Amino acid sequence: MGGTPAARLSRHPYVLEAVMSILNQLKPEFWHNSESSTGPFRQMFNFRRIWKMAVLLTSLVTLLPLIFITTIDYNYTQKSIESENLLRTLRIGSNAKRSISFFLSERLSALSFIVRDNSLAELRETKKLNAILINLRDSFKGFVDLGVIDHNGVQQNYVGPYSLEGKDYSQQPWFKEISEKGLHVSEVFLGFRNVPHLVIAVKYSLADDSFYVLRAAIDTTRFNELLGTLELSARGDAFLINRDGIIQTPTLFHDKFFEKMPYTVPEYSDHTEIREERNTAGEDLIICSAYITDSPYILIIVKKKDELMKPWRATRVKLIGFLVVSITVILLAILGFSTYMVNNMYLLDQRRLSTLHEMEYSNKLASIGRLAAGVAHEINNPLAIINEKAGLIKDIFTYTNTCTQNSRIIEQLDSVLASVERCGTITKRLLSFARHIDSAIETIRIGDVITEVLDFLHKEAEYRNITVNIDVADKIPEFQSDRGKLQQIFLNIINNAFAAMSVGGRLDISVRREEESGLVAKITDNGCGMTESDLGKIFEPFFSTKTKVGGTGLGLSITYGLIQELGGKINVTSRLGEGTTFTVTLPFHPPQKSAEK
Amino acid sequence: MRVLLVDDETEFVTTLAERLTIRGFKVDYAIRAHDALALAENNIYDVAVLDMKMPGTGGLELKGLLEKLQKDLRFIFLTGHGSEADYVAGSSASAGYLVKPVNIDILIAKMNEAVQI
Repeated sequence: MGGTPAARLSRHPYVLEAVMSILNQLKPEFWHNSESSTGPFRQMFNFRRIWKMAVLLTSLVTLLPLIFITTIDYNYTQKSIESENLLRTLRIGSNAKRSISFFLSERLSALSFIVRDNSLAELRETKKLNAILINLRDSFKGFVDLGVIDHNGVQQNYVGPYSLEGKDYSQQPWFKEISEKGLHVSEVFLGFRNVPHLVIAVKYSLADDSFYVLRAAIDTTRFNELLGTLELSARGDAFLINRDGIIQTPTLFHDKFFEKMPYTVPEYSDHTEIREERNTAGEDLIICSAYITDSPYILIIVKKKDELMKPWRATRVKLIGFLVVSITVILLAILGFSTYMVNNMYLLDQRRLSTLHEMEYSNKLASIGRLAAGVAHEINNPLAIINEKAGLIKDIFTYTNTCTQNSRIIEQLDSVLASVERCGTITKRLLSFARHIDSAIETIRIGDVITEVLDFLHKEAEYRNITVNIDVADKIPEFQSDRGKLQQIFLNIINNAFAAMSVGGRLDISVRREEESGLVAKITDNGCGMTESDLGKIFEPFFSTKTKVGGTGLGLSITYGLIQELGGKINVTSRLGEGTTFTVTLPFHPPQKSAEK
Repeated sequence: MRVLLVDDETEFVTTLAERLTIRGFKVDYAIRAHDALALAENNIYDVAVLDMKMPGTGGLELKGLLEKLQKDLRFIFLTGHGSEADYVAGSSASAGYLVKPVNIDILIAKMNEAVQI
């Protein structure tokens, strides 16, 4: 039900978009804005670089020692587990060698005891020999048969499952060996019953330089049991070989007896030896070997290194897991902390910048104000002369009736006078923009001020069918402020709103109390709104979108200055074609400076 | 009504004087403070219209001097500068205050108003 591939593909961009949007939300503020601009308001730092440096350095300082220590620990643990394995194998090998030696010597000792405890005559009695065999079987497991052989190599007496009496061993190598060494342990061989067994024999010398030999066959089952009980971890294999490397006992990996083992036959040594070898399958092996004294056997213990290191692999997974988790946690902590710190730095810097901006803006307004006042003053005097001259010309025509027929002259003069008046209005506004009126502080109810202002505009609203809604919260206290300035502030803003709206517009004025800053007045119109670039300039003197219909571009500059004098703030948001909202924040207690003035 | 006009802008003061004369006022004018004082010594005026800023003796100072000569004289100040200090000083002593350029009808209304006080 996954949909067609095309449908899945079409869903893909949404997923990608969602992921990107989550990433973007995670991105701290400074990430996009860290390009330092030039000029006096450039940011003090490249925050993205600081963040990168902080993350890099703290990561290096914290992660390097961790990785270093973990690597050392890794190697150390691996080595110690390896050597522990070698030691354990060596110990098992050495114990096994002792057990096998003991097994053989115990039985040889038993035979020695028998030949010393019984005379040759007694041993020749089948009954007696049979009793001895039964005793031996009871005391030492594994005895199969027992035979007495004279110095000519002929079996004189035999008890056991075969009839071997009279058999001549004189030509067999073991008989020659025993006559020299006094005892014999044979290699494992398959007897008549096709059961693997070995033969042990001891020589007893008589006073007349002759000797006889007590010979016993031992079932190797007991032998195999002994090797089987070795505690060989990790599928270890323990078996015996002869000096030629022929396998003597069952093994885990080689089911056939009497084949040559596939590993190198170790050189003779008194001690248990250990070495590493690689088998034909390419597996690394640990091979422990020990020559069993007074026997043709070499004990071989084979362990697969791979199997032995299994516990190490579990430890290794834990160790690497710990490292990965640690690194992840450390990195997350570093990322989080660095981001938090750098973002705070960024926010502080932003605050510094905005303060600088505000200062610059105030200064700019003040300079422009002074300039405007100067210009207005200089222009007013010549303007007054033009006014009087034109007025005089009109007077002459009017009072002397010189030119009653030509009404056009009067029209032109009226036009000149009207233009002069318009210029006068502009210069008066310029002057009032620059004016620093002494604060006439009185008790203000903000609702009253707004109502007074709307009284001025009452006619216009009616004429243009503009709905005005006033919503002043009840809990706004009376406060001390300058009524004239407040009136001018609201008049300018509301005038602008009226100018922006067409017939049937709607103006909402709401005033709310704000615990910290005093009161917040929002004046929202549904007029034409403005573009973002206009929005940035509206408080600048002489910026006007209404120049063609008589705007001077000073209204909002004056408003801005007045609000600053009252210690307040003004913000504006606007969308082209949807309307504009002015937000005026005024403190209940104006700043000390303005009160002193 | 007898009017004394004092302004350092000759063009302004002569033209305004002529316009007021056309409207039936008896107008004398001066472009310097000492000329104004000389006129005031020899003539009686109802209203003095003074420019606030003049080289040498300014409008406010001149007002003081003229008041010494003629106790009942009323004053109207004209200024090209709408500064508040001027406004306060000008309006304090029962005097009118107008910013240039001035509409002659408003000036006349102010003068009438001043005389009636």
